[in-house]
Amino acid sequence: MEHYLSDLLRRQKKRLLEQWIQNQLASSDLRDDLMSSDELRAQSEEVIDALTDVLSEKNITNPQSTDFQNLSDLLAGISISRARQGFTPRETGMFVLSLKDTLLDVLQSELADDPVRLHDLTMKISKLIDNFSVSTFETYIKGREDIISRQTSEITDISTPVIQVWDGIVAMPLIGTLDSARTQVVMENLLQAIVETGSSIAILDISGVPTVDTRVAQHLIKTVSATRLMGAECIISGIRPEIAQIVIHLGIDLSNIVTKASLAKALQHAFGMLRLVVRKQDRDLRSA
Amino acid sequence: MIIISSSETASIRTEQDVARLLHRIKAVAADTGLGTVSQTKLMTAASELARNMLFYANEGVSYLEQISQGTKVGIRLTFIDHGPGIPDVDLAMQDGYTTNPQSLGLGLPGARRLVNEFAIISTVGKGTTVTVITWKL
Ligand SMILES: Nc1ncnc2c1ncn2[C@@H]1O[C@H](COP(=O)(O)OP(=O)(O)OP(=O)(O)O)[C@@H](O)[C@H]1O
Ligand SMILES: [Mg+2]
Repeated sequence: MEHYLSDLLRRQKKRLLEQWIQNQLASSDLRDDLMSSDELRAQSEEVIDALTDVLSEKNITNPQSTDFQNLSDLLAGISISRARQGFTPRETGMFVLSLKDTLLDVLQSELADDPVRLHDLTMKISKLIDNFSVSTFETYIKGREDIISRQTSEITDISTPVIQVWDGIVAMPLIGTLDSARTQVVMENLLQAIVETGSSIAILDISGVPTVDTRVAQHLIKTVSATRLMGAECIISGIRPEIAQIVIHLGIDLSNIVTKASLAKALQHAFGMLRLVVRKQDRDLRSA
Repeated sequence: MIIISSSETASIRTEQDVARLLHRIKAVAADTGLGTVSQTKLMTAASELARNMLFYANEGVSYLEQISQGTKVGIRLTFIDHGPGIPDVDLAMQDGYTTNPQSLGLGLPGARRLVNEFAIISTVGKGTTVTVITWKL
């Protein structure tokens, strides 16, 4: 009895595998654009083997059993890699759920003359595979969360670029919401760029910031003070009309800070401070 | 009588929750027909109130509702926390009053100036509830 299930699976492996693959290929959820049928076959066979190796009437009611460690690891690996490849949770879940249908089919034909046992095993197999499919979802979501947290830190890095716009002038466009982690990065990157480029003017452009609340304002004030301590001047540009109104309503005092409506205006101001003049070239100069 | 035509609830536990809430407010405010200036003012008020919850009460809950009263339509936001509460609300509503030396003390009074209606109820040891309304002009 002990090895009945294992033996059955082993005996029926070929049929199980073919039928499961048929089921998957027939399903509209199959992403043949993301995975070749060879890969699908290899993955499916591995899963069936891992199940066959350990399944017994003892552990069938205990999905947490260490017997299933290999199978769980295998399924976890598959769902994480599918999460990365861009499969939807439904597509990933169907992989495991369609195995259940196949197993039950095979069981049904094997135990056609023993309805009591068939019923018993059907219930148990269903529960076991349901359990695996829930874990598959969990791992899939964990895979996605890892991707999100990695992207978040990448965004923090790439969304605070410092550009040297002229000899002695650096500019930093701020885009998106400024949370505490980002405000810190913004300040550090700007100060560092001032030192590295030996600039005396920094322009902080806030056109891409959704709004200026007291915390963003305070951060801007701090950044301006810090640049002054380094002997440089900081201009805040990109103050949209609604932002100007909000700053007034909040009662924030930005009168000690040079603010400009656009980056172009800020650059113009900076040229003035550096006593640089930009002018249109005389037409005759070239032809002469 | 105020009639609520849509309502959504969000728990505020992290800065990401605040950012998400602000995005939702912008979308719902635009859907209600509020102009860019009103939208941004409301978002800014919400940012102050949600961050106060986070900072002083650790966490809280926000309600974002589309409302109407007679022929007027607008947005009502409610922020409820079960933090320490504010001992003197009148004082807290003054410009520059803060218990945090790092801050400007402009969040509450500033938020009041950014919306059409503002109400705050706070009980020490129980928590704080702030409700604001912006009507479509
Ligand atoms: N939800 C709250 N729970 C408990 N205390 C609060 C709450 N909100 C505000 N307070 C108290 O009221 C004071 C004033 O709040 P307000 O938002 O006006 O200024 P702030 O948060 O100190 O500074 P700012 O908002 O300008 O960064 C706070 O310092 C705090 O003591
Ligand atoms: Mg505040």
